Amino acid sequence: MKKIKIEIVNTIDTSNIYAQLSHAHSGGICVFIGTVREFTANEEVIALEFETYKTMALKEMQKIADEAVKKWSLNSVVITHAVGAKKVEEPVVIVGASSAHRPECFEACRYLIDTLKEQVPIWKKEMFKNKEVWVSAHP
Amino acid sequence: MNVLFFGIARDIVGTSELLISDLVNKPTVNDLKEYLMARYSEFSKLTSFAVAVNNEYAKDNVPLDQNDEIAIIPPVSGG
Repeated sequence: MKKIKIEIVNTIDTSNIYAQLSHAHSGGICVFIGTVREFTANEEVIALEFETYKTMALKEMQKIADEAVKKWSLNSVVITHAVGAKKVEEPVVIVGASSAHRPECFEACRYLIDTLKEQVPIWKKEMFKNKEVWVSAHP
Repeated sequence: MNVLFFGIARDIVGTSELLISDLVNKPTVNDLKEYLMARYSEFSKLTSFAVAVNNEYAKDNVPLDQNDEIAIIPPVSGG
């Protein structure tokens, strides 16, 4: 039985990711955690603010997990994204997969985060000292 | 029809939900995009923007119905 968990939460708890992904048929787990970086192009970031179109975002996240399970032999998949204001060093997204051998979960993990960034309706605003910028909005 | 706005799109129109009643007859996604760009010049300055119909990305030729859940999706930036 595959374990698939898709969530949008206010705060990401990184301590339970092992329990979410561990699986009797897996010999490896790969996890990526996206976090708030202090500087963007030498400018100090105070916080990142995330918002989402939740019903659609969950649907798109589910599609990504389903596609990953089709592409690779995975036993578990987690995609969790946070919303709201997040300060420097706080986690904002956690994705991971487990598989019998490590190549599959490494490749799947990269696919999960790369595709999430391209397709899932979640928006990030960088809060600087004197301005706020929606990331990627303008060319 | 009722249209939802997120992220910078909400900032541009100044509200998260807008009732649009003066679209062309039998409108498509493209008609809605053109309507918005004609009224809010800031939409043309975005990298791109998509329209979602009932929680799915919709191509320009997709027809819009009064009962659809329609949302404006500016460039996403999760992660």
